[in-house]
Order: sequence, then C-alpha cells, then structure tokens
Amino acid sequence: MYSEVTVFSEVTVFPELPVLSFIVFLPVVVGAALLLVPEARRRLVGWIWIATAAVDLGLVVALWIDYAAGGGRSGGSAGVQAGAGTGAIGYETKFAWMPTLGSGYHMGVDGLSLPLVALTALLFLVCAIYSVRQEHRPRAHAALFLFLQTVSLGLFVSLDLILFFIFFDLSIVGMYFIIAVWGHGSAVRSALQFFLYTFIGSLALLLGFIVLYLASDPHTFDIVELIRQDPLKNDPVLGGLALLAISIGLAVKTPTVPFHTWLPPAHTDAPAPGSVILAGVLLKMGTFGFVRIAMPILPGPWRSYAMGFVIVGLVSVLYGALVAMAQTNFKRMVAYTSVNHMGYIILGLGAAGLAAGSNPHAANLAVTGAVTQMLSHGLLTGALFLLAGALFERGHTYEMSAYGGLAGGAPRFAGLTAVAVFGSLGLPGLSGFIAEFQIFTGSLEAAPVPTALALLGILITAALLLRMLAQMFFGPVRQPTAEQLESGAPSAGLLSAGTPGDLRPRELLSVAPLLVLAIVVGVLPRFLLDLIEPAAHALIVLVAAAAP
Amino acid sequence: MPAGDAISLAALAPEIIVALAAVVILLLGSWLPRRRQHLSRWIALAAVGAALILSVARTSRPAEVTAAATFTIDTSLSTTRLAVLAGTAVVLVLAGGRFGGHKRESEFYVLLLLGALGTLVLAGASDLLVLGAGYLLASIPLYALVGFAKDSAGTEAMLKYYLMGALFGVLLLVGITVLFGVGGSTTYAGLTRTLPNAPAGAAAVGLLAVAAGLLFKAGAVPAHFWVPDAIDGTTGPAAAFISTIPKIGALVALFRLSSLTGVPTAWPLILALLAALTMTLGNLAAFFQARVLRLLSYSTISQVGYLLMVTAAVGHSELALPSLLFYLLGYTVTNLGAFAVVCAFPTLRTLDDYRGFFRRHRWLALSLIFCLFGLIGTPPTAVFVGKLTAFTAALDAGFGWLVVLALINSVASVFYYLRWIYLLFQSSPSGKAIERVDRGGAEPEAAGDAETDEGGPVDPDAVPVPWSARSAVILSIVSVCFGLSANPVLAFLLVSPLP
Repeated sequence: MYSEVTVFSEVTVFPELPVLSFIVFLPVVVGAALLLVPEARRRLVGWIWIATAAVDLGLVVALWIDYAAGGGRSGGSAGVQAGAGTGAIGYETKFAWMPTLGSGYHMGVDGLSLPLVALTALLFLVCAIYSVRQEHRPRAHAALFLFLQTVSLGLFVSLDLILFFIFFDLSIVGMYFIIAVWGHGSAVRSALQFFLYTFIGSLALLLGFIVLYLASDPHTFDIVELIRQDPLKNDPVLGGLALLAISIGLAVKTPTVPFHTWLPPAHTDAPAPGSVILAGVLLKMGTFGFVRIAMPILPGPWRSYAMGFVIVGLVSVLYGALVAMAQTNFKRMVAYTSVNHMGYIILGLGAAGLAAGSNPHAANLAVTGAVTQMLSHGLLTGALFLLAGALFERGHTYEMSAYGGLAGGAPRFAGLTAVAVFGSLGLPGLSGFIAEFQIFTGSLEAAPVPTALALLGILITAALLLRMLAQMFFGPVRQPTAEQLESGAPSAGLLSAGTPGDLRPRELLSVAPLLVLAIVVGVLPRFLLDLIEPAAHALIVLVAAAAP
Repeated sequence: MPAGDAISLAALAPEIIVALAAVVILLLGSWLPRRRQHLSRWIALAAVGAALILSVARTSRPAEVTAAATFTIDTSLSTTRLAVLAGTAVVLVLAGGRFGGHKRESEFYVLLLLGALGTLVLAGASDLLVLGAGYLLASIPLYALVGFAKDSAGTEAMLKYYLMGALFGVLLLVGITVLFGVGGSTTYAGLTRTLPNAPAGAAAVGLLAVAAGLLFKAGAVPAHFWVPDAIDGTTGPAAAFISTIPKIGALVALFRLSSLTGVPTAWPLILALLAALTMTLGNLAAFFQARVLRLLSYSTISQVGYLLMVTAAVGHSELALPSLLFYLLGYTVTNLGAFAVVCAFPTLRTLDDYRGFFRRHRWLALSLIFCLFGLIGTPPTAVFVGKLTAFTAALDAGFGWLVVLALINSVASVFYYLRWIYLLFQSSPSGKAIERVDRGGAEPEAAGDAETDEGGPVDPDAVPVPWSARSAVILSIVSVCFGLSANPVLAFLLVSPLP
C-alpha cells in the first residue's frame, strides 16, 4: 500500500489527506458557527457564506484538475475498481463506521460524481452571492444552505448505501425548512407535500437497500462491494422487486411522471435560491442514484426492464413539455420543463440498458449524455430560477401575461434569460445540445421509436420557451397591475424611470457564471467528456456483462 | 448458564438498591420537613446512579439465572436496566422541576422507583409467577403516579388506567394459570420442555392471555385505550415515565416469552398483525390531535408498533434481539427528550401554544425538532438505526408486507410531527407579528386548534423549568450522538449470548 502511494505522490497533491471529507463537511461546520454570529454583525453572515462556498468550490476545482491528471487514486486498487464498474475511484476514504451492520464511512469521486460535485459547489456559491442581502433571518438562512451543501456534496461522493440514504433524507429535511420558512404563496402546504412525497421515495429506497443488504453475503451496504458481489444475479424476481423499490425512490426525487406532482408547487412557492438548489442539485440526486446504485448493483434487472425506463422517460419528456406549454406562471413552466429534461436522462439510461449488450459504444454515448444533461440542466435551470427570482422581486408575480416588452428596459435581464432559454431548448453551442445530442444518438438504435417521439419534446419545449420570450420581452410594454400582484407590496417596476429595473450586480454575478459555463461546455465540451466517458464506459462494461 | 437455587444478591444488586431506596425514601419522606424534601430526590438519584453503575459493570459477565431459575440476568436485562435506570434518572430530574417543594414530593419519587423496579422484574422474569408479580409492581405504583396531582383530569386518567390495568392483569393471571395447567410448570425452562407436547389450542390461549397483559403495559393494540387519556390527563413527568419506561420491560418480556420453544407456529404472525394494527391505529389517531400530550401519546403507540414488528421476527433473524434492544434504548432517549420539552413548559398544552416557540427558546426548539425528527426516524438519530435494524430483521424473517406497511406509516407520521414543528416557526400567539405573512396550509390548522384552546392566552415570556430544559437539550444531543456511534452498542448486543 505504502509503496504504491509513493508512486503516485509525484502526480497528486493530496492522496492521503481526507480532502473529500474536508470539502463535504466544511460548509456545515461554518454554518454551525454562523449561528453564533451576534445580531449586530449580521451583515457579516452573507460574506462569510460567500467565502466558504468559494473556498469549497476552489477545492473542488483543484480536485478536478488533480483527478483529471490521474491523481487521487489510491494505488493499485484503482484498476480493480475500474473493472468493477464505478470507474476509477479517487480520493477514497473508508473506515468502519457501523461494521456490525455492514455499513461504513466510504467516500470517493469518479467521473460520474465529480461533475455533480462541481455543479453542487458552484450552485451553492451563486446562491450565496444571490442571497447576500437576505433580510429575513439571514443567519439561519445561510446556516441551512451550508447544511444542505454538505448534505448534497456528501450524497454525490457516498460509496455506501446507508451514507447515501442519510444524506438523501437530510436533504429533504433541509429543503423542507427552506421552503416552509422562506417561501411565499402557500409555502407551508407545498413544503409539506414536498416532504411527504420525497420521504415516501426515500423509504422505498431504504426498502430496496435492505433487500440488497440481506441478499449480499457477507451482508454489506458498501456500494463497491455490492457491485462486486452482484448479490441478486441468480434471483431475477427479487432483483426486479429491489429495482422497483429503488427506482420508485429515485423516480420520486428525479422526478418522473407519475411521481412528479410535488415538484411544481414546491418550485413555485420556494424562494429563488431554494428553487435553484431543488432543481439544480436535489433532482440530480435521483438521476445520480440510477447511475451510482440501480444500474451497477442491479445490472441484470436493469437490462431486463430497460424498456420500462425508456417508456417512463419518454412519457416524462412529452408530458412535461405539454404541461409546461399550458402554464401561465413562469416558475411553474420552468418546473415542468425540468420534468421534461429529467425525462431525457431516464430515456438515455434506459436505452443504455437496451444497447449495453449489442452496441456498447452507443450505450456509452447515452450514459455520457445523461450525465452531461444532469450538469447542463443544473446550470441552465439554476440560471432560469435565479432570473425568475429577480423577476418576482420586482413584479411580485410570476404570471407571464403580466409582463411585456421587458427587453427595452432590462436588456441584461432579457439577454441572460434568452441565453438560458436557448440552452434549455438545446441550441448548438450550449451545454444542453451536447447532452441531448449524445442521448439521442446513443438511444436511437436501441429504441428508435421512443427516441423519435422524444424529439417531439424538444420541438414543444422550443415552441413554449420562444413563445414565452416573445410574450415577456418583446411587443408592447406591460407591467403587473395592482390586482395581479400576489402580495400587497408596491411594484418596484422593471422599467419605471429612476428605479434600478435591470439586474443588480449581485444578480448578474450569480446568473452570469452559470451561463458562461453552459457556453463553455457547449463549445469546448472535451474537458467534461474526458472525465465522464471512462466512468460511463466502466458502467456499461458492467451492465453488459450481466445476463438480462 | 449457572443456575442457582439461592438468590444471588450480587447479580440482583441493581434491583435491590432501587427497592431499598424506595423504602428509605418512603420512611424519610414522613419525617423530613417540607423544605428538605428535596433530599429524597438526591437519595433517589444516588440510588439510581449506583444501580446504573453496577448494571454497567455487570454487562460484560456471562448470562446467569438466579432464584431457582425464575430470574435471568443476560444482555436483554442489562440493556433494560440501562434504559430503565437512565430513563428513571431523567424523569426524577423532570419531576424535581415540577414537584420541588410539593408537600408529597418524596412520594412521587417512591412511586417512580417502584414502577422502575417492577419494569426491571418484568424484563428479567423467566418464570410466569415472577412475571405476574412484576406486572403488578410495574402497574400499581403507576396508577397512583397518574393521579398524583389529585385534580379531576388526573383522577379520571387514573381511573381509566386502573380499570384497564385490572382487566388485563386478570387476563395475565388467567394466562399464567392456563399455561401452568397445560405445561405443568411456570418456569420458562420447564415450559420449553413441556409446551411442545401440550395441547396446542390451550397453550395458544394461555400465551395470548399473558401477552395481553404485556401489550397493556406496552400500550399496544388492543390494549392501548388508556394511553392517550392517562398521558394527557396526568402531569408531564408522570406522562414521560408511563409512556416510556414500562414499555421497555413489557417488550423485553414479550420477546422472552415469544422465544420459548413450543410457542405456536402462528405466533410470529399474530405479533406481526398486532404490530401492523398498533402502528397504523396510533398514526391515524395522531393525525389531527390538537394537544401535545395526546399527539405524543399516539406517537408512542405507533412506535410500539415498530417495536412489536421486531418481536415478530423472533427466531427468524439474529438481528431481532439486538434491534429490539437498540430501538428501546434509542426510543427511551428520544421520547424522553420530547417529553422533557413539554415538561419545561407545563402551561403549553396545545400545539397552538407552541407558535413562535423558536423565536423565544431557540435551543429548546432545536432540541424538540431533533427529537421529533428522531421519532420520525430521520438519520442519523438513534431511532433511525433502530428502525433500520427493525426493518432489516422483519424483512429477514419474511414479513415483507409488514415492512412496507411500516414504511408507509413512517411517512404518515411525518405529517403530524411536521405540523408541530412548523408551528414553532409561526408568529407567536401574543400577536407580535413577524414581518412575513404566511397563507395557505397553516390556516385550517389554526382554526382547528383555536376551538380546543381552553387555556386562554399563554404567557409568551414564560421561563422554562431549568432542569427540564437542560435535560431536553442533553437528550436531543445524546439521541444524535447515539445514532452516529451506534456501532459499539450494536456490536455488544450482537455478540453477546442470546437467551
């Protein structure tokens, strides 16, 4: 062990430091300390929060660069793990936490999780920037977001089912408070609905995990060990049931039709940063669970029921797009396009299961596309929700019909919204295109009809997003009238003279990085794809090796 | 397992200390002037502490039976001692805050100690007659405890508790008689030999009747009717005690009984059905409760359902007993934590009284949130590990349907716990509006609560009872730390010789 480490010590900066644990737990430690900041110094809170999130993001970027250069692999076991279907795991931390239950504190990153870790760190930073002027309970607000950041990062690096479940559950608790305390409209009801729905999901997930645990020998909750054992390969019925339980749990969180009903109200009533985290990070926990747990641990059942996932994905794509078209509320519309975008991911992963045996290259492409889509959706939808928040602060309503001709008075707002929208509908040159193109190319051969139908989804989203652009930004100037306002607060106005109608610096600074990155991924995707492809390849090798 | 006919005083030291302390305090209480009554509290705490230390010291020794094989000292009893004695110590502290200076203060402690003693006897009994004696000892002091305040609500609660207890006590005695009749013995060792050849029907009837008595002590369906009335009618510390401590002994006794060879093959299924009914009825009844103690009492019923689920897995999963014992430990800490918050504010009786609680008492509110999320089973609290092992054991024993039902119940329970948690953040009852306006879901609740709010305006600046508040904070921290460091305890429970 030691000699192998020394081989890598030239390449890597910190293989033996628990750098991953530091990245994960730094936010929550700072968050707890923030609660002790005296009332008189509450102005400091926002800045401490930004600094923490920035440091965390910096560490993640360093980690990415180091990992891409081949660092972080703990010696010779990396090769073994590459064959075990999780890609080369880097920065692994593992110690026996509850060995009596076969559960350990096992963390590590690979090409599937690192993009999501980076996305999480970035989105929490932009939320910190956006919330710098938070007036309502700023300390608790910042502490809760930092807590959520730890939970989200922890989930993406978990290599143990119990650890995964703990973070999964705690994310629900954190988001519940954010919606209930800082939300608007019928926030309490939406928060409760969110909690109940996703809690059902998490318990279904737990049921599946327990089945896996009992089937394994020796009993374990360790993901890497479970992948190696493939405990249910000789029991297709139980394997199918375990996949069903796990899939329901993940599908609620993703969400796919028919488990999506909690999403629109939760988004509509959540505060803007809450929506960003909900859409950008929490939804990815569902889709990430499929590539981290469902596909590698249950490869046989995944191949058997792959068509089911393709169909669920397709239905989500079409249903999400059609219902989004019927929305008059900007935020609800974006929420439904999330259902649509998550549908592409499920479609791609299902098609990868179909193609894994016959055409591994296509399957590889579909999985890579799906992971890219997770990242891309986080960037674009995150930006759209921040813009929605900016809109609400000024107009106090999300009704699209209340606005018109905004491009004239708020050019920055209009420009950024246009970029996000074009990215969201898959215009080449933006990240959405890279993701969706790969998903469609990879899926076409294995599932030609569903893929063709899913293309309709792109058409519908394009239509509805362009219609929204035209309605809100061009044509005659419209402002929300008094009766359209949700609260009695006076409208600051996007256009009225003398008021700073266009985006303020903090809003610009929080939205722009997301869109810049979306363009970078759209134009120069290699740095990202080089990271994802080996991990996707390892996953497909594993799925292909299993008998359906 | 060395079996001695003589009573081993060393092995029974914790029980003996508690019994002696009860006698001493009873005598002392008659002589002490009112302002010195608190001395009895310190004696009680010292006795419980000493018993606790002796119990911990005893845990590493092998299991043994004593007093002519009528009492078993093993891992189950050691864990029960830990939970019961520590729990009793907490309740003593809570009671000190409430009854310090009361003219009958020392009597309360005597009753507590005797109830705890009865619980320990229940848990250790490996003879039906000792079980019967334990039942009475764990019941009669608690009737008096419930009616301690001598107010009308307390008297009514006591009467209900007593009548139900008498009924199920008689059933228990009938069961003992029947089992003695068909088995020719009252010791578990003797029954293990004779029961397999005894008439199955009669044995099942006897077993069911004995179990009925234990279900009463545990507060499980069908013997759960007393729970909400007794808990809501009595004082906070007494409610904390009867909703937590006797359950421990009853469930361990039930587990011991269920692991006898010769129990009918359908026995686990019967327990599973009772578990299903208990958790579901407890949850459904808790949904729209407006009073905190009633809500907590129904929540304890549903928790007993999850615990019964583990007893149903007896013999089919090696995880069953460790899971039961761990869950009991976690439940004791978490449930007492929630009750400690209630005890810290005796004037807050309805959920609505807790509006704005977070603003006024941040740390207590956080403690309550931790305990309530603990009761939901949110990781990483102790009850989560308990639930996780319980579900695993039940699934291992083939009760997949029961696990699914338990999961659905866990989700349902979120609803009423969150209802309470949410109110903590609402604007306070004094009308001091928070700068935000919340509409929607809160309004129907507010309307529903207002009808039952009979106490008039609550003083928003009420000061918490100091030691209750401290207990609440400590217990909530312990419940999280215990969950995070569950491994040593689980390891101990897993490797220790099973009964």
